[in-house]
Amino acid sequence: MLLAVLSGFVLALLAPWLYKIGRDATGWILAILPLALFGYFVGFIEPVAHGEPVSYTYTWIPSLNVTLSFYVDGLSLLFSLIITGVGTLIVLYGSGYLAHDKDVNRFFVYILMFMASMLGVVLSNNLVSLFVFWELTSVTSYMLIGYYHEKEESRFAALQALLVTGAGGLVMLAGFVMLALQGGSWEISDLFAQANAIQGDALYLPILILILIGAFTKSAQFPFHFWLPGAMAAPAPVSAYLHSATMVKAGVYLVARLSPVLGGTEAWLYAVTGFGAVTMVIGAYIAWQQTDLKRILAYSTVSALGILMMLLGLGSEVAVEAAMVYLVVHSMYKGSLFMIAGAVDHETGERHITRLGGLLKAMPFNGAAAVLAAASMSGIPLFLGFVAKELIYEATLDAHILPLLITILAIVTNILTIVAAGMVSLKPFFGPPIKTPKHAHEAPWSMRLGPITLASLGLILGGLPFTVEEFGKLIASPAASAILAEPLEVHLHMLPVALSTVVMLSAVTLLGGIGIYLIRLPLGRVVAPLNAVSAVGPEQWYKWSLDGMMVVAKWQTRVLQSGYLRYYLIITILTTVGLAGITMVSQGVLQNLSAITMTEVYLHEIILVVVILGATVLVLRTASRLTAVAGLGVVGFCIALLFVLFGAPDLAMTQFSIETLSVILLVLVLYKLPTFTGFSTRFQRARDLVISLTGGILITTLVLIETALPINSRLTPYFAENSLTLARGHNVVNVILVDFRGFDTMGEITVLGMAALGVYGLLKLRLGQKSPDKGIKQPVIPHRTEEFYTTPVPAQEKVDS
Amino acid sequence: MQFSVILSTAIRYMLPLMLIFSIFILLRGHHEPGGGFIGGLVAAAAFALYSFTNSLTEVRQALRVEPRTLIGVGLLVAVSSASLSLFKGLPFMTGLWYSETLPVLGKIGTPVIFDMGVYIVVVGVTLLIIFSLIEEG
Repeated sequence: MLLAVLSGFVLALLAPWLYKIGRDATGWILAILPLALFGYFVGFIEPVAHGEPVSYTYTWIPSLNVTLSFYVDGLSLLFSLIITGVGTLIVLYGSGYLAHDKDVNRFFVYILMFMASMLGVVLSNNLVSLFVFWELTSVTSYMLIGYYHEKEESRFAALQALLVTGAGGLVMLAGFVMLALQGGSWEISDLFAQANAIQGDALYLPILILILIGAFTKSAQFPFHFWLPGAMAAPAPVSAYLHSATMVKAGVYLVARLSPVLGGTEAWLYAVTGFGAVTMVIGAYIAWQQTDLKRILAYSTVSALGILMMLLGLGSEVAVEAAMVYLVVHSMYKGSLFMIAGAVDHETGERHITRLGGLLKAMPFNGAAAVLAAASMSGIPLFLGFVAKELIYEATLDAHILPLLITILAIVTNILTIVAAGMVSLKPFFGPPIKTPKHAHEAPWSMRLGPITLASLGLILGGLPFTVEEFGKLIASPAASAILAEPLEVHLHMLPVALSTVVMLSAVTLLGGIGIYLIRLPLGRVVAPLNAVSAVGPEQWYKWSLDGMMVVAKWQTRVLQSGYLRYYLIITILTTVGLAGITMVSQGVLQNLSAITMTEVYLHEIILVVVILGATVLVLRTASRLTAVAGLGVVGFCIALLFVLFGAPDLAMTQFSIETLSVILLVLVLYKLPTFTGFSTRFQRARDLVISLTGGILITTLVLIETALPINSRLTPYFAENSLTLARGHNVVNVILVDFRGFDTMGEITVLGMAALGVYGLLKLRLGQKSPDKGIKQPVIPHRTEEFYTTPVPAQEKVDS
Repeated sequence: MQFSVILSTAIRYMLPLMLIFSIFILLRGHHEPGGGFIGGLVAAAAFALYSFTNSLTEVRQALRVEPRTLIGVGLLVAVSSASLSLFKGLPFMTGLWYSETLPVLGKIGTPVIFDMGVYIVVVGVTLLIIFSLIEEG
């Protein structure tokens, strides 16, 4: 199982090399992996349908109780089959769609990584690994939406999707942590047993809200729905795969997966059903007013995701059943329609339906597939979509809250969905032919296979009594049982057994859909003024918050990052003094002042201190930079001597080396610095004096109190005792550095390396500004010139020695 | 820049001595005061002094490798030494020790190799900054 999940990542790493060998055939080679995985998961159908979920556990980070555990039950199996099945077709389709693109190997890398991450999401049984895979899908989705990275629109859409889903993911993580703490386990399967305890807890509501925000952002629920249409900047195979069949359903998956733990309460019912219902209506309403093929499909996807959420919120047996059937139906018809839209765009150079028509003759295969898919989307009998729609109505009529309202909303949604289905299938392929930018012709086989397979599956699964029943028994039942956490027998019927309300509603929907499709153009003109609302819609909120953040960032950079070392020092010292001072006063540390006792001070110590003070004064008073450097060196070496006297040889050695190198460095830059005098005004000097005095007083008091109080440290004896036994070293300081706290050191040397590269970069950058005649660097003009240079700077300053 | 003959003559003999001394400090670090950080600083100081009396080209020749490369190599050594324990199924950075005592090096284990990584990074970082400053002048 571990291999099954991770193989996508491995193959993704190899894809660029494979592309060098395989060239145009790469897609067909790479598609073997998802196909093999699909076969692998098919093997699970039989045991899982018999109610035997399979779980696998691999240790990952045992010290943090994080495991890589995978759980195959009906729900995760259903998703895995969709991911690998559609994935196979998408890899093929993508190889055709992007055949002439120079970056096609990057597409293969990202799409395989995405597939593996998505499998990880739906199979993970551990909240932490689920979260990691969840974020990986966000990251790979970012790469895929931004595939055409030269286009500003793509980059914007990619960032928008990443920020929205990424922010939601972080909120969700907080929910996960609280959930795991309350439930006492990171394993989802363990949490099922804790459902009552969790729901009775005061933290239940926060947990629910946090996790739902994660799910809603990922599944493009209102008010986060706007990123999905934006994501249409991605190439068509990406839209077909991520933004209809798989990734956007991750939120639906999460809600379904956690249903047994969090579901069934009033809060759940209102939140999930409410947002789902609003989303489905808004999505459907916007969809039919679009003219861009991909945007129609995007908004109708938003609507479909809303339906799924709404059903999961209702949570009754029939609602969950309906959700699972509709999930499969939607993945099939929407996946194929997206691929068809891509093919039309690819072969005609046009994707606005107003400028498309009569393509059936030129593109018979895709046209036929479009009709089949649209039929399933509209819920016409004999298609699986019809079965799904019947179940949806059954579920809404049966709802615990406002059954009438929800049913009406569902009818409206379905009617508008039919209109959208007609717009993407009938309009481009039938009617009078319209001349397109490119001469229209049928797409290559790699791009036909996907749409045809997915579209005809809707008919195959829904058109025979036998297949409908088997589908219900083997796929839908186990999935629904997993959500309800109790065995459930689903009996699907190809056609309704009796004339019921549900059948009537289906008929009304179909007729309404056809009617509105016919009058859609005049109707669109009538409702157009209403669209002004979108100017204050959620997408604007996103823009405003992003702009606001930039304003704040610029403001605080201007205030804090002045570019002058002295201001940085002032800010740092004042912050330290402020924070430490407040703590010292408020925590009553100052009361310990009386504990300070003066031990005997030796003459040589006094001499050292006097030398330090003298050197400091010299640094401050001297008019020569070289003297200042030497004075600072004296201060440093005296401090090193103090370290020696007080038994810290390692510190002393470090201090000696650092001092030596500092002097060397200062000497190197000495020639290039501007005149030494006339920097500060009298006021600035007074200000600096006050600031440095407060800083000095704070540190002195702190050290005096700290040493006066009895030290109650467990670390000191621990390190002293275990240095030799555990780490085999006598020098405790060094053992701490390279062993006990080696991880810190690792971080420090990495930072050191980065800082050196930064210095290198800065200096090289300034080298570019060398004036050509003398080879002397031009002074870099700071923002506030008048303050920096009180006198004109000579090119090279004389240094007295 | 003109420096004294004494310094330029002395540094020729001091450079190898200081380098040997820096390695001595590095290796004794586990039991006596010293270690990779201090050793690295000493080695860097040796090259810095050498660069005072010789042209940068000569210093680079003496060093043989780019300071930038040293940073990368050092980090690689440190990470590799820390990763070795993973192959024995132990957590990252578990110290592993070779049971025999080797000549010169003494007891050798992954923390010692890690310290060598620190040494190399420190030399690289310091020299990268110093060389860049000299080049700019």
